[in-house]
Amino acid sequence: MSATHKHPALTPLGGPLVTPVTVTLAILAATAFVILGIRFVFGIGSVTNVNDGYTWGIWVVYDVMVGSAFACGGYTMALLVYIFNKGEYHPMVRPALLASLFGYTLAGASVIFDLGRYWNTWHIFWPGYAQVNSVMFEVAVCITAYIIVMWIEFSPAFLEKFGLKDIKKKLSKVLFLIIALGVLLPSMHQSSLGSLLVVYGYQIHPLWQTLMLPVLYLMTAVLMGFAIVIFEACLSSSGFRRPLELHLLTKLSRLMTGLLAVYLVVRLGDLAVRGALGFMFEPGVEGLMFWVEMGLFAAPLVLLANPASRLNPARLFISAFCLLLAGFLLRINSYLVGYETGAGWHYFPSVPEIMVSVGMIALEILGYIVLVRYLPILPREEKI
Amino acid sequence: MKRRDFLKGALAGGALLASGSPAQARPNKTMPPEAVGLLYDSTLCIGCKACVAACKEANGMPPEFSTAEQYWDTPLDISGKTLNVIKMYKAGSGEIKDSEKNGYAFMKVSCLHCVDPSCVSACPVSAMTKDPVNGIVSYDKGACIGCRYCVAACPFGVPRFQYDRPFPQITKCQLCVHRMKEGKYAACAEVCPTGSTLFGKVSDLHAEAKRRLALKPGEDTEFPRGNLNTHDQSSFPAKAAKYLPQIYGDKEVGGTQMLKLSAVPFEKLGMPTLPERSYAATSETMQHTLYGGLVLPLVFLGGLTYIAKRNVKDDDENE
Repeated sequence: MSATHKHPALTPLGGPLVTPVTVTLAILAATAFVILGIRFVFGIGSVTNVNDGYTWGIWVVYDVMVGSAFACGGYTMALLVYIFNKGEYHPMVRPALLASLFGYTLAGASVIFDLGRYWNTWHIFWPGYAQVNSVMFEVAVCITAYIIVMWIEFSPAFLEKFGLKDIKKKLSKVLFLIIALGVLLPSMHQSSLGSLLVVYGYQIHPLWQTLMLPVLYLMTAVLMGFAIVIFEACLSSSGFRRPLELHLLTKLSRLMTGLLAVYLVVRLGDLAVRGALGFMFEPGVEGLMFWVEMGLFAAPLVLLANPASRLNPARLFISAFCLLLAGFLLRINSYLVGYETGAGWHYFPSVPEIMVSVGMIALEILGYIVLVRYLPILPREEKI
Repeated sequence: MKRRDFLKGALAGGALLASGSPAQARPNKTMPPEAVGLLYDSTLCIGCKACVAACKEANGMPPEFSTAEQYWDTPLDISGKTLNVIKMYKAGSGEIKDSEKNGYAFMKVSCLHCVDPSCVSACPVSAMTKDPVNGIVSYDKGACIGCRYCVAACPFGVPRFQYDRPFPQITKCQLCVHRMKEGKYAACAEVCPTGSTLFGKVSDLHAEAKRRLALKPGEDTEFPRGNLNTHDQSSFPAKAAKYLPQIYGDKEVGGTQMLKLSAVPFEKLGMPTLPERSYAATSETMQHTLYGGLVLPLVFLGGLTYIAKRNVKDDDENE
């Protein structure tokens, strides 16, 4: 079926590992670990502003909810290439998968920093402790499984590097099962990250509290997957001075805007069915933030409305950026801005708290740079 | 071609769900047979905070200071150090007890021991459990991972966390379940001088609450104190207040084992207006619809595996 697609071989990029960029990233990551050291000695409150009114700060809402959605590039590309059989995107799978692998592994790891009684974490997976009615249980098990699945999915890159051909051959025989899991598991937990909010009930503002939360979170995770692939392709082409695969990004952006239009219909339709449309016109921070969120979701539709504009790398980049911000805001709005558990509670992240999240992002980018230089991930440049 | 396969898989999943559906709406849970709880009558409360001190002592909780001097325990809210407080409502001149205008009133803040608790539904590791017989919602620090989903989920903002400790716990009222083994009952009810906080079986507390609501304002009556079922203390003679015709906790999120009476609207006293359907039931119905018997995930996995196998094979042939 996809026999027409010829892919250039994947190859390590090579080049220096110690550069001003990598050193800066390493310093940021090291700072985060110093702050985390303080957290483990003096408690979560010693470095964060979380409190009983906002018990989940950015270490959960950004690092996990947003971070894992930003890491959906691998999921979206696997969905396109292996399920919808769009073989032409095959060269984009491995770089996307690497970013996803890092995003998810760090999201999973940073959960531990936020768990008060982290030494009991294994209870989630232990019969007798595990509580299957809990949405958190589903999220935790599913994300853990997906991280393992992604490492297996990605392992051919290592196996190629170390010349372990036999293992790679055996693995490729069952790879279809791993790929299927790699599509199923994110569909489950990305939707559940929205479902987590349902039990909060009235504490979530009606602009965000709905039984459609799993659908909204899932659709935006796929959208953010599209967006991050375009975003990263633009960045890595300028950062590594490689040609931009513009024809692929153009086609990708068409799929992205199509899904985006469906999302906006679902989002507004849900508000209309619940009779909650009026809340967006009520003065206050919730209404304002809703408009910003929706504006950012709508922006790519406007920016990329004209087919010719999809050939413009700057427009593609800005559209992807808007969409990433929009997905970010949906999550921040539903978990923090639209959350109210009683009068008198306030939360804004502290500087050390932000530095930990920044450090995690730095570590992610650093790992990506090191691995694409060392392992066969990006397609070989064709010399013209 | 392939997309049609995918849709076929999805449709098969939908059909399976529709026929042998494991997904049925999960109703609210019902009151356990021997449920015990508290009746808090805001109109009887004099704000002495004997219950706050007794709770601290019975549960070995540290003092908490809100004044510069730090002479005595002065908690302003429940917290990682405090399981029970009495809060005051004040409006206008604040002179008339139990008056919404120019008056004041008290409210006890502690766990309501929901019949269908959000914290129990939310907890991923069974650290929050509801006793099937007496209905007490208790916390097991040995199981807890400290994720604080219970803190965020509780509609009453009850479970709290110790942010200032390297080895923190969740804290909440457990109705002095540890004292019950010694034949005692909730310390807050035991020390209450006016019977404002009364311990007993929920069915009996409910009957007592209805009796009070039926009284004429100003009518002389006797208010039981301590334990309603053992009558361990003499009753408190007083005049009936002008109650609102509502037992808070009777219907809220499927009912709670702590019932409350007041003359000032509960919203004003910090108690939210809540629906009868529990949020736990809504959340679990959604989860069971999606994941009941793992039917839907397995059907999708089957469809995805089939499609992926064909497409990967195509891929191999190319190489």
